[in-house]
Amino acid sequence: MSEAAANFEGLLREALAPVEPPEDLVERLESTLTSITELAVDELEAWELSAMRDPRNWARPAAAVVVGSAAAGALVILRARRRAQASSSDLGASGWSSLNRSAERAIRDLGRGTRRVLGDR
Amino acid sequence: MSEQVSQKPKAQLDAEFSELYRAHLRDVYSYAYYRVGDHHDAEDLTEQTFLQAYRHFERAQRESHGRPLRPWLIRIAHNLAANLYRDRSRKPALPIDETSTLAALHTTEQLVEGRDELSRVLDGVRLLPDDRREALIMRFALGMDNREIARALGRSDGATKVLIHRAIRQLHELVGDRDVANGRVSGQPRGGAVEPDAGGGQDE
Repeated sequence: MSEAAANFEGLLREALAPVEPPEDLVERLESTLTSITELAVDELEAWELSAMRDPRNWARPAAAVVVGSAAAGALVILRARRRAQASSSDLGASGWSSLNRSAERAIRDLGRGTRRVLGDR
Repeated sequence: MSEQVSQKPKAQLDAEFSELYRAHLRDVYSYAYYRVGDHHDAEDLTEQTFLQAYRHFERAQRESHGRPLRPWLIRIAHNLAANLYRDRSRKPALPIDETSTLAALHTTEQLVEGRDELSRVLDGVRLLPDDRREALIMRFALGMDNREIARALGRSDGATKVLIHRAIRQLHELVGDRDVANGRVSGQPRGGAVEPDAGGGQDE
């Protein structure tokens, strides 16, 4: 590749720099993805009430509760990790107390998310 | 029978989808932004891309045979962007004289502000035919290699290599022509004559 071509490609790379998604989009998307898994659980509840009279259907809701809880857990972790990442950027300013607060928040998020799925069961 | 064996638990699929989302949110948003040239449409496109990806994730994993899923994600965004413009029946790129609107919306453009050279390159990218513009976005904004771009665009590796080569050459020409029109002298040599078919048509 000639030097001119390399220069031009460098310019192009600079002009088309990756774009960070806005924070509100990240929040909205994660909330939507979490809702999708919760919707599956809600649908399951409606189905469960009518189907539980038949013992042949008993295996499915039990399995789905486990699957749904873990799925929501995964998305809660996703939120918690992101929050922890945001806090870690402040580590220099506020030190370990910030990290501790972030860890506490992450644990609270995880507990709240899991309770939301399992709370009424 | 074999399909039954290959099925993963939903929890595992969701966890893997979360990984995919984390790894490629910026790629999808960058692609969407440069593709549609508008902050709000880019957000909608990114959201729709991940919702559609979530719906078809299991099948995509099965059919990918372990290959990276980024080209599949970008292909979803590519198809959705095409639908968006077909529905609205309008040209995706902003007219060249509306770049100030774009600059008001985005930090990357703010970074470019004052760098006239980069602005001219962006203007040139917007003037390229859709397929060439997309190939350049994938290569330079997302850092995809030829094989990934080929998968995202549904082309052969060879055709993709030619597409990118022609896109760069046409862009070099466009930037050079605008320099001449504006009375500037380009600091770099011109890229040579553009092939007759490279003037604006889509590459085969």
